[in-house]
Amino acid sequence: MKKILMGFALALGLSGSVLAAGGGFPLDKAPNRTNDMAALQNGAKLFVNYCLSCHSAAFMRYNRLRDIGLNDKQIAENLTFATDKIGDTMKSAIDPRQAKAWFGANPPDLTVIARSRSSHAGTGADYIYTLLRTYYRDESKPTGWNNMVFPNIGMPNPLWQLQGERKPVHEKVESHGHEVELLKGWEQVKPGTLSAAEYDQNVGDLVAYLQWMSEPAQNSRVRIGVWVLLFLSVFTLVAWRLNASYWKDVK
Amino acid sequence: MAEFKEISPDAPLGQKALNWVDNRFPLSKLFNEHMAEYYAPKNFNWWYIFGSLALLVLVIQIVTGIFLVMHYKPDATTAFASVEYIMRDVPWGWLIRYMHSTGASAFFVVVYLHMYRGLIYGSYRKPRELVWVFGCAIFLVLMAEAFMGYLLPWGQMSYWGAQVIVNLFSAIPFVGPDLALLIRGDFVVGDATLNRFFSFHVIAVPLVLLGLVVAHIIALHEVGSNNPDGVEIKATKDDKGIPLDGIPFHPYYSVHDIFGVSLFLMVFSAIVFFAPEFGGYFLEYNNFIPADPLVTPLHIAPVWYFTPFYSMLRAITSEMMYALIACVLLGALLGVVKARLNMVMKGAVVGSAVVLVALMLAIDAKFWGVVAMGGAVVILFFLPWLDNSPVKSIRYRPSWNKWLYLVFVINFLILGYLGVQPPSPVGERVSQVGTLFYFGFFLLMPWWSRLGEFKPVPSRVTFHPH
Repeated sequence: MKKILMGFALALGLSGSVLAAGGGFPLDKAPNRTNDMAALQNGAKLFVNYCLSCHSAAFMRYNRLRDIGLNDKQIAENLTFATDKIGDTMKSAIDPRQAKAWFGANPPDLTVIARSRSSHAGTGADYIYTLLRTYYRDESKPTGWNNMVFPNIGMPNPLWQLQGERKPVHEKVESHGHEVELLKGWEQVKPGTLSAAEYDQNVGDLVAYLQWMSEPAQNSRVRIGVWVLLFLSVFTLVAWRLNASYWKDVK
Repeated sequence: MAEFKEISPDAPLGQKALNWVDNRFPLSKLFNEHMAEYYAPKNFNWWYIFGSLALLVLVIQIVTGIFLVMHYKPDATTAFASVEYIMRDVPWGWLIRYMHSTGASAFFVVVYLHMYRGLIYGSYRKPRELVWVFGCAIFLVLMAEAFMGYLLPWGQMSYWGAQVIVNLFSAIPFVGPDLALLIRGDFVVGDATLNRFFSFHVIAVPLVLLGLVVAHIIALHEVGSNNPDGVEIKATKDDKGIPLDGIPFHPYYSVHDIFGVSLFLMVFSAIVFFAPEFGGYFLEYNNFIPADPLVTPLHIAPVWYFTPFYSMLRAITSEMMYALIACVLLGALLGVVKARLNMVMKGAVVGSAVVLVALMLAIDAKFWGVVAMGGAVVILFFLPWLDNSPVKSIRYRPSWNKWLYLVFVINFLILGYLGVQPPSPVGERVSQVGTLFYFGFFLLMPWWSRLGEFKPVPSRVTFHPH
C-alpha cells in the first residue's frame, strides 16, 4: 500500500520536473531582506530613482514607508518627486501613450509585481533578481538591450549606469547528440559605477523593497500568526481535556 | 399549541425569563430537539467532524464576506484596486481577505471529506436519501458560489477563468450562444458580468445555500445520524424510548466538536498567517495581474477544487467520443441480452441507444465535455438508488471494496492534478481512463455493489470507551 502511494508520488514528481525543465532561464535565489530596514530603505531609494519614472506603484502610499523605519519628513524630502502629498500613491509621471510608442507596451504597475511574477520555477523576487542581473547589449533590438530571463524585453536596462554594459559568453556543449549553447559567464564591455558584487548587493536591496511593497503586512502577519497558534495550542489542550472529562462517562 | 406554563414567582430571574420566552417561542423545545435530546450514535470517529467544520467555514465565509463587501467595489475599473486597498489601507483588511480566500479552499477540503465519509459508511442509504440529495445540492450551489466569487478580485485568472467557463455554455446546441450572452450580460466578460456575479455571490447564492443547509440539517435530525457501523441505533431503544447506543448531542458531541474545531483552526490559521497563497493554489500568482481582455495567459487553470471536473471536461475529445459510443452500445447490448425486461422495454433500450449514438456523432465533443463535467456532479445525486449492497458500511462489505474506494480516491486526486497541469498527450490519455473509471464506478455500482461476500452486521454499534 505504501509502495503504491510512493509509486504514484514518484510518477507525479517526475512528470512535474519534466514540465518544469521545459521552462526558461534558471532563476537565482534572491536574498531575503524583507526584515532588514537598511536594505529596504536603500531599495526604496533605488526604486524611486530608477523605476518610478516609468512604472507606477499605484496601490502603494508614500506614507506607508513609515513601516520600513522612515519618518514623514524623510519621506517628503527624499522620496516624493512626483507629488507633494505623502498620503498619495506612487504614480509615475509617464504618459501611457508615449510609453506605448517608446517601449511597445505600457510599463506594468509594480505594486504587486513580486507576487504576480512568482511561479513554480521560483518566487517573484527570484525572477526580478535574475532579470535585473541578466541584461546584455544587443544592437539588433530597438532599445539596444536584451535579457536572458525575458527575451526581447521592451525595457532597456534601467540600471545600466550602475551595472555598465555586459555581454554573455557562450560555450558550445554536446548534449544528447545535439550541440547546445550554454551560458558560461559574462564579459564586462563598459564598466558601470558599481563593481559586480556591489551591483548584486544593490539589486538585492531593490528586490527586497519590491517584495516588501507587494505585501507590506507580510512580516506582521507572520509575527501575529505565531501568537495565534500559541493561543490555539493552549485552547486545544483545554478542549482536549474537557472532551475527555465528558466522555469518560460514555461506556 | 402548547399549554401556557405558569412558574413560581420565587423562581430565579433567568428561569422566569426563559419561561416567558418558552410560552411565546419554542426556545427550550428547539434546543432540546436539536442539541440536548438529539441522540447521536456514540461510535462516531474523526470522519464525523467535517459536517460541523463545514458549518463553521460557512460562518467564517459569511462574516468575512460582510466585511469585504464594505470595502470592495464591484466595478471593472476599480475592483482590482479595491482588493489591494483592502490588503493595505483597511485595518486588518489583509486578515479578513486571507480568511475569506483560505476559507474558500477550506470549504471544499471539508466538504470533499464530508462527502467521502458519506460514501464509505453508506450514509446516503434509506432513510437518509434526502439528507444526501440536499447535501449534493449544497455542493453544486457551493461550486457556483466559488466560481462567481473568484471573478471578483478581477485579476487575470479571475477574468480568463470566467471567460473559459462561461464560453462552455455556448457549446450547448441551439440555445448555447444566447445562454452564454445572458450569463455574461455582454459579448465578453466585462463590467456587466462582474456586477451580476457580485450580486449572485453576495445575495442570491448564499440565500439558496443557507436554505439548503437548513433543509440538510432538518432532514438529518428527522432520521438521525448514520454511524461507521451503518447500524440503525433507533432499532434498539430502552424503556424510555431512547436509543441504547445514542448519546445526547449536547454536551458529548458539542465538546467533541469544540476540540475538533480547535484542531481545524490551528491548520487554518497556519495557512492564513504563514502561507496564504499556499504555493499558488489558494491564491493564484497570475491573479495579482489586473484583468486584461487583450492578453490571454499562456495557461488557464481553474482553482484546485474544480480541477478533477475540469480534467473530465478536457478528457472528452473527438477521439474519446468513439470510446464513449462503444460504451453506450455495449451497455445497450448487455441490457438486451442480460436484463430481465419485456420486448417493449428492450426495444426502448435499443431505440434510445441509437438516438444517443446519433446525437453523440452529430454534436461537437466540446458539448459532451460539458455534459461529462456536469454529469460528474449530477450523478452523485443518484447514489442512494445506485447502491444495491445489502449492508451500508464499508466495514461489512467485501474486503476488495476497500481497494476499490482507494482507487476511486487516487483516481480523483490524479484527475485533480492533471486539471492543474497544461494539456499534454500523456495527461490526456490518463484523464480519459480516469473519466471512464469515475463514471464506471457509479454507473456499474448497481452490479458490483451486490458482488462478493458480506460480513455479518452486528445488531449494536461497536464502541470502545476512551
